[in-house]
Amino acid sequence: MKRLFVVLLLWGWHLTATAGLTIEITEGAEGALPVAVVPFGGSAPEDVAAIIASDLKRSGRFKPLATADMLARPHSKAEVDFRDWRALKQESLVVGQVSATGSGYQIQFELFDVFRGEQLAGYQFTTSARDVRPTAHHIADLIYEALTGERGAFATRIAYITGMRSADGKERVALQVSDSDGFNPQTIFSSNEPVLSPAWSPDGRRLAYVSFENRKPAIYVQEVYSGQREKLADFPGINGAPAWSPDGRELAITLSKDGNPDIYIMDLASRGLRAITRHPAIDTEPAWAPDGRSLVFTSDRGGAPQIYRVSAAGGEPQRVTFEGKYNARASYSSDGKRLTMVTRDGGEFRIGVLDLASKAFRTVSDGNLDESPSFAPNGSMIIYAARAQGRGVLFAVSADGRTRHRLALEVGDVREPVWSPYSKR
Amino acid sequence: MSTRKLAWAALAFSALLFGGCSSMQSSEEAPVGDATGAAGTAGARGSRWAGGALDDPSSPLSKRVVYFEYDSAEIVPESRDILRAHGGYLSSNRSTNITIEGHCDERGSREYNLALGERRAQTVKRQLEAEGVSGGQLSIISYGEERPADPGHSESAWAENRRGVLVY
Repeated sequence: MKRLFVVLLLWGWHLTATAGLTIEITEGAEGALPVAVVPFGGSAPEDVAAIIASDLKRSGRFKPLATADMLARPHSKAEVDFRDWRALKQESLVVGQVSATGSGYQIQFELFDVFRGEQLAGYQFTTSARDVRPTAHHIADLIYEALTGERGAFATRIAYITGMRSADGKERVALQVSDSDGFNPQTIFSSNEPVLSPAWSPDGRRLAYVSFENRKPAIYVQEVYSGQREKLADFPGINGAPAWSPDGRELAITLSKDGNPDIYIMDLASRGLRAITRHPAIDTEPAWAPDGRSLVFTSDRGGAPQIYRVSAAGGEPQRVTFEGKYNARASYSSDGKRLTMVTRDGGEFRIGVLDLASKAFRTVSDGNLDESPSFAPNGSMIIYAARAQGRGVLFAVSADGRTRHRLALEVGDVREPVWSPYSKR
Repeated sequence: MSTRKLAWAALAFSALLFGGCSSMQSSEEAPVGDATGAAGTAGARGSRWAGGALDDPSSPLSKRVVYFEYDSAEIVPESRDILRAHGGYLSSNRSTNITIEGHCDERGSREYNLALGERRAQTVKRQLEAEGVSGGQLSIISYGEERPADPGHSESAWAENRRGVLVY
């Protein structure tokens, strides 16, 4: 018990010591659905309605009504007069109530179709004070699903790397995890040597990453909650680009122990290695197809970096990308139908999305140094790193490229975002 | 479990500061090493070093950085004299070991750049071996784009950052 207490205190220290990301919506979409999220009744440590409205707005699919424009502030169906909301041309209405219980809060909400005057969803949650914010994200997920038919991805997290350059030019690097809206940042690991390539385990409980803390790259795996950490790969040369298999039993990695970078798969239980590629070119950045049967990776075997696909059993890789002279760091959407990657577009490095069935390729970012794209677990958005006014920032863009918001630190660089899988509840 | 220990370990890392690079050897006129050299040094030249001390700013040895073209690991002509000088020195000083760092500019993906940086370091290593240096004297490491010499985002910063560095 005492041990647990010490750990909790340390996390608390991290929480206060870690500067958070701030969100700015830079591009909104035409055709977003009008929704009114009325401030919830009662009092809570967080503004639940504001969190829900912000989530819905960030998705680009919804246009929440400003609180000041509301004609009434109902908290339950009995208090709702649908004519108020029809007059404001709202399609959907969210009302709710928070009440303090002995040990925490009870949060209830109802979602209505304004035109029909019908309830579409209604739930009640009991939560601790600390979990009010995650519960608000969960409610936003339920609303998103009821209105779009797709699962929401607001109650997820992102992992990313921060860099703070001190006056002497040295960079202090940290691996952090925050909620998908940038709140609740926690430092998982920090170092004065490079840290890169974070990768979530499929259960969202562990991160694999590359750290140069021993002045050479090695792959580590760390439990997000306990901080428990172990070194997984420390062969001569590059130990890089970890990617968990969908069943969580294997890790695809890049090793150059035999002279140049090739893709390997490590069985996490036995630590046994099998080589997947054997080629004198650079092979790196493996990413698993969601069915676990194949991987895509970056290779310059054709003269410049392009994406190739190979069976998880090995064999001859097939080239996947043909458009453009530079395509790298591909990863799949969770339905396996699309790949997102870094693509060189003229002189600019941007984020591309390849539809694997139609072969349609679309650029969804507009920077010149965009990198590290990853899909939200529902495929609706892509988070990536970019440069803005000389600083490293993150952007999340809707997968159709129509809406975008920015996540930035007040000071320093942020890079290499990876969206978590859905957490197992 | 040892969650407490690990949590403290994580904190301890945050306190770790690594010092600068290893100490420089100030060499007098170094004795000529055994002239046979390592295997695969058919192209070896100049086993006797007479080009000045390692820490002499007027010596070609004071240049420790070679630069590369975009997405390339080829040794450019301007780098040949620098590598020839270091090759001569190292083949005459068999007890001196160096680390060759490979670096990239920030463009493109990080892991690809880690691989490209390693390829650059290997090219420098092969060039030094061709000058007669034993492979055992040379270790390589790639930092990819993680350690820019110039943290800027211009063409000139990128040119500074696409480099191989000889660390004595």
